[in-house]
Amino acid sequence: MGQLAGTVGLPLTSARARRQKPLTFWLGRLLLYVVLLTLSLLFVLPFIWMISTSLKDDPQVYHAPPIWFPSPRLWSNYPGALSQQPFGRFFINTLWYALPATVGTIISCAIPAYGFARFRWKGRDLLFYICLGTMMIPFQVQMIPLFITFKKLGWINTYLPLVVPAFFGNAYFIFLLRQFFMTIPLELSDAARIDGCGEFGILWRVILPLARPALAVVGLFTFMSAWNDYLGPLIYLNNVKLYPVALGLQQLRANYHAAGQRLVWPYLMAASTVVIAPILVLYFFTQRTFIEGITVTGIKG
Amino acid sequence: MAMTAHTARPQPWRRELRLTLKGLVFSFPWLLGFLFFTIYPVGASLYYSLTRYDVLRPPRFVWFENYIDLFSGDPLFGTVIRNTLYMVIVGVPIALVAAFLLASLLNNKILGRPFFRTIFFVPSIVPAVAVAMVWLWIYNTQWGMINSTLASWGLLAIPFLSDPSLAKPSLIIISCWAQGGSIVIFLAALQDVPRSLYEAALVDGASAFRRFRHVTIPMCTPSILFVMITDLIGTFQSFTLPWLLTEGGPNSATELYGLYLYRNAFRFFKMGYASALAWILFLVIVAFTALVFRSSARWVYYGGQVE
Repeated sequence: MGQLAGTVGLPLTSARARRQKPLTFWLGRLLLYVVLLTLSLLFVLPFIWMISTSLKDDPQVYHAPPIWFPSPRLWSNYPGALSQQPFGRFFINTLWYALPATVGTIISCAIPAYGFARFRWKGRDLLFYICLGTMMIPFQVQMIPLFITFKKLGWINTYLPLVVPAFFGNAYFIFLLRQFFMTIPLELSDAARIDGCGEFGILWRVILPLARPALAVVGLFTFMSAWNDYLGPLIYLNNVKLYPVALGLQQLRANYHAAGQRLVWPYLMAASTVVIAPILVLYFFTQRTFIEGITVTGIKG
Repeated sequence: MAMTAHTARPQPWRRELRLTLKGLVFSFPWLLGFLFFTIYPVGASLYYSLTRYDVLRPPRFVWFENYIDLFSGDPLFGTVIRNTLYMVIVGVPIALVAAFLLASLLNNKILGRPFFRTIFFVPSIVPAVAVAMVWLWIYNTQWGMINSTLASWGLLAIPFLSDPSLAKPSLIIISCWAQGGSIVIFLAALQDVPRSLYEAALVDGASAFRRFRHVTIPMCTPSILFVMITDLIGTFQSFTLPWLLTEGGPNSATELYGLYLYRNAFRFFKMGYASALAWILFLVIVAFTALVFRSSARWVYYGGQVE
């Protein structure tokens, strides 16, 4: 019964055992690969469809059976789509609030996490559990009063509502960093303390350098969530000039509806590809961090 | 921040006070945020839920009228609740099982596991707007990926997003496609299951299926609980994808709670009404989470992860 051994966690093979494997084992292996490849194809299909459509000439879209490999490939759809709306501006806008939000989150989560993790004080655990409890509050409960407050402050149509809260901590990441900080040996803190370091000094000189992987996870997730955010910008931004890519992409579609025109799918797909691309690139370069980050939260959670 | 003088007399309470103050200083960024962005909005929304408020004129206190209207006078509220409960009770388990099975497949000794893992994971980090755009096109009744293929085979088209009875399942399919985060969590949990348990089961003559059912799944229950709760909370609040795909249609088949709330707040400017909706959502989420946690004592197995 070796074929799906890994699925049921059997200890796997020595060279000798491998040679003695029955045919059923290899057939099982084959089946596994076939299933995995089929599923992979299914998962990737939406992306293939997206890119394929983005290279079509508009009439080719209305064809049955669907054309998977258009020829000629209309690369001009990309500049065409991106010029329908000021996408360059949208990209810069997104960075304009995603980067400060990322920096703010890292700072404002590392400091409380240190307080919750590295020394005992009365009320620490109570406050920490309250902090965790806030994770259960749906955004919709805070959404309306926040909107009204920001409106009264005149912050609507600026990036302030999207950036300022990031500087005040985030329960999820405080939790993550606290768990991580707790894994750093106490001896290191003690040694620094003996050398006359104050708590902030310990945080800055000892803990933070060691916590770089965890900080990277926080930064990455925050940036990604800011890039993908739709509801936030939707509520707080009315001026198209301020739109991030998420709203900009939707605006592309909305414009066709508003003008009573048929949707130009190649343009929509090209724009979608461009909006997705930076995330894919980012993922490609930071795979380990991503996977570790999710794993840590899932296991410790 | 008090600076204690260095004395020979023990003054434990002084020291404790100093430590507590230090702790509060460190917690300051979060504490301020807690006050401004949690306590205040939560309290304010409770207050607003007892008013009629359209932002232009000051709020008008109406006691529990909003809540009464919701439960007795609002024809759409029942539909919204039903739709949302459907997505939670049907959608979450389906997505969870799909993720777990996919992770189990990945848990074998295969060449190029990072490659497969990437393919299953990437859909979950793609911006929701783009996901909506692509799937809108995939599901398109006349020329979408699926229906144009069906048409060329002479088969009838499947109106994924325009048929009320197909709309919600179509959303569930997309959510299964985007389970990457859960798959990664499950994969890590699966790899943490001690080999010795499988060996023992094998010695007892357990078949592969029984090993899966009696060793693999029980040992992964903590992660299953985590994913279940986070999926639950997320599904109750879901907004972007349904809003962009169907805007609540067809015939309010996908009018989910998040959409209805947004509509009331930012289309009809019924802030009081929407706040009442928000509070009901809050309580429902707490209730469901508590229920799941309670039940977890019976089916979640901790420990055994020490070795």
